[in-house]
Amino acid sequence: MSQEHLAVYEVFVRSARGLDHKHVGSLHAESPEHALMYARDCYIRRSEGVSIWVVESKNITASQEEDTENFVDPMDDKPYRHATHYVLPDSVNNM
Amino acid sequence: MQSVDSAAEQAEFDRKIAEEQKIEPTDWMPDDYRKNLIRQMSQHAHSEVIGMQPEGNWITRAPTLRRKAVLLAKVQDEAGHGLYLYSATETLGISRSELIDALQTGKAKYASIFNYPTLSWADVGAIGWLVDGAAIVNQISLQRTSYGPYSRAMIRICKEESFHQRQGYEIMYALAKGTPEQKQMAQDAMNRFWWPSLMMFGPHDSESAHSGRSMKWKIKRQSNDDLRQKFIDQTVPQIEVLGLEMPDPEIKWNEERGHYDSGEINWEEFYQVINGSGPCNHQRIKHHKAAHDNGEWVREAVRAYRAKQNQKAAESAA
Amino acid sequence: MNQQQQNLFRFLVALGDDSVVLSHRLSEWCSNGPYLEEDIALGNVALDYIGRARMFYQYACEVEGKGRTEDDIAYFRNEREYTNLLIHELPINDFAFTMVRQFFVDVFYCEYLKQLMNSSDETIAAIAAKAVKESRYHLKRSEPWIRQLAEGTDESLRRIKDALLELENFVGELFLMSDWEQSLVEQGIAVDRAKLQKDWDAYVQKFLGESNVHFPDSQLQIRGGREGIHTEHLGHMLSEMQYIQRTMPGLQW
Repeated sequence: MSQEHLAVYEVFVRSARGLDHKHVGSLHAESPEHALMYARDCYIRRSEGVSIWVVESKNITASQEEDTENFVDPMDDKPYRHATHYVLPDSVNNM
Repeated sequence: MQSVDSAAEQAEFDRKIAEEQKIEPTDWMPDDYRKNLIRQMSQHAHSEVIGMQPEGNWITRAPTLRRKAVLLAKVQDEAGHGLYLYSATETLGISRSELIDALQTGKAKYASIFNYPTLSWADVGAIGWLVDGAAIVNQISLQRTSYGPYSRAMIRICKEESFHQRQGYEIMYALAKGTPEQKQMAQDAMNRFWWPSLMMFGPHDSESAHSGRSMKWKIKRQSNDDLRQKFIDQTVPQIEVLGLEMPDPEIKWNEERGHYDSGEINWEEFYQVINGSGPCNHQRIKHHKAAHDNGEWVREAVRAYRAKQNQKAAESAA
Repeated sequence: MNQQQQNLFRFLVALGDDSVVLSHRLSEWCSNGPYLEEDIALGNVALDYIGRARMFYQYACEVEGKGRTEDDIAYFRNEREYTNLLIHELPINDFAFTMVRQFFVDVFYCEYLKQLMNSSDETIAAIAAKAVKESRYHLKRSEPWIRQLAEGTDESLRRIKDALLELENFVGELFLMSDWEQSLVEQGIAVDRAKLQKDWDAYVQKFLGESNVHFPDSQLQIRGGREGIHTEHLGHMLSEMQYIQRTMPGLQW
């Protein structure tokens, strides 16, 4: 079996100025600089982006599904963080 | 016996599937779901990559500079789609070299249509129109697949794919409206690629080995026969616009069903090609292996250079 | 066409020929690259050169004013009528050869096209402005490739050296001026290639020197491309490329 020679990079593309970079996929490359070039050739062939980030996949720390209970769920009992939690008189519009 | 934990995980997985939630890479998933996805997604990726060959066969002979640019961009897109799909498959914990190895040793399959030769320029048109057309029908359905990375890759691919079909049809149209000789080329290409295109949807639902489970897990969203019918229904009027003769004399509108009836596929041929005895099976894998092997020293050099750079960096840091 | 228009036409066709021939070679890498990402990237370089060829040919047809099209120019001339510089037509050989050639022409075009942007001919200046951006990107790709292959393994270094040995004979032609091109330089339309040679040599020698690879210079010249005297390779390329148009001429595709 052939060896894995290249590192895997995740690719993030900003599709237009003013927008966030969004994850679009991954690719294999020999260095961050190459990853950036390949991302340009592979992921924005149709001018889908104005800026690209690449990061080696192994450098991403991700939350784990099995932690969801402790990690994510405690966030959903704080409705006072949301604007809709507050009831104001109808006469006050657009706040 | 299932432990309590895995029973709960299974229930959570089933709930997500039932509620049309996507499964994401870090989620727990049944082994068979993972295996099934790897099989289907890698088969899909390999099809894109092997599919570069029959069309690539005409890049250096394209009849105009515009056609040449279009075809090169199109085949390059296939490589891109292969990349998106390998990338999505890798999220399931398998490496690209393992996937390529499976392709080259025949453990993994690819769409059998690419085991047919491209014999004339019209074949490039027929492939774009029919083969990409059939692929789109399938891929649109797969945009709703339950595995997140697969679904996102499909959405991306579908966006790009419609150019492929349109350029193919444009080629066919130019030929069909050209000289009798050109029209004959178009007719011949369509006749040869019609049946293999229908075969792309796989065996009848009743015969399909993986269909049931894939549907249950929402990896597949519509059945082989339904998708095939959809393709026939949308393609027949396009044949009429070209003014070509139907590739299947049994094609006939069925008022009652609201669909076109058509003849039976030669399933013997289907299984023969799938099992490795199509006209180009050996050629395609040989080509892929040769390119891969010829690139070995390049990848080797890249790795050696990288190791040297890392060592230098470590030394200068020390 | 008067003499000046004839020179201009000849110039545009020559630049178009350089591009069309190199794009054809690069397109041969499709499905043959060392890995998928590089396959796609090489395709983009090939597409840039097809685009360039089409722009030069289209403008040539306009200058000629006989109603010919880019495809008439590309598909209905034989090898003695093609006037590309020879370096563009050499077979792709291995990946090292392809990248060394690319590096050589990238270094050349980055400077050549930059100067051509000052052409008194607005169309040419506009084509150069578009093309120079492409070449700058190509160079950004080819340089690290040369670096990696030269400093990778013994085998990759050997292949780089083989490529240099073969290409050093052909690269000098990039700097060769002919009388008709000289007269276009005097009108402010074209660029004096000969003047780019010293800097090109220095740049390439320095770059390769950093990887301990010696490159003598670009003096040794095999010439003939602009006069239609080619290597044996071009005829085969054209017979493949022109096959449909030649067997069924005059049709729409």
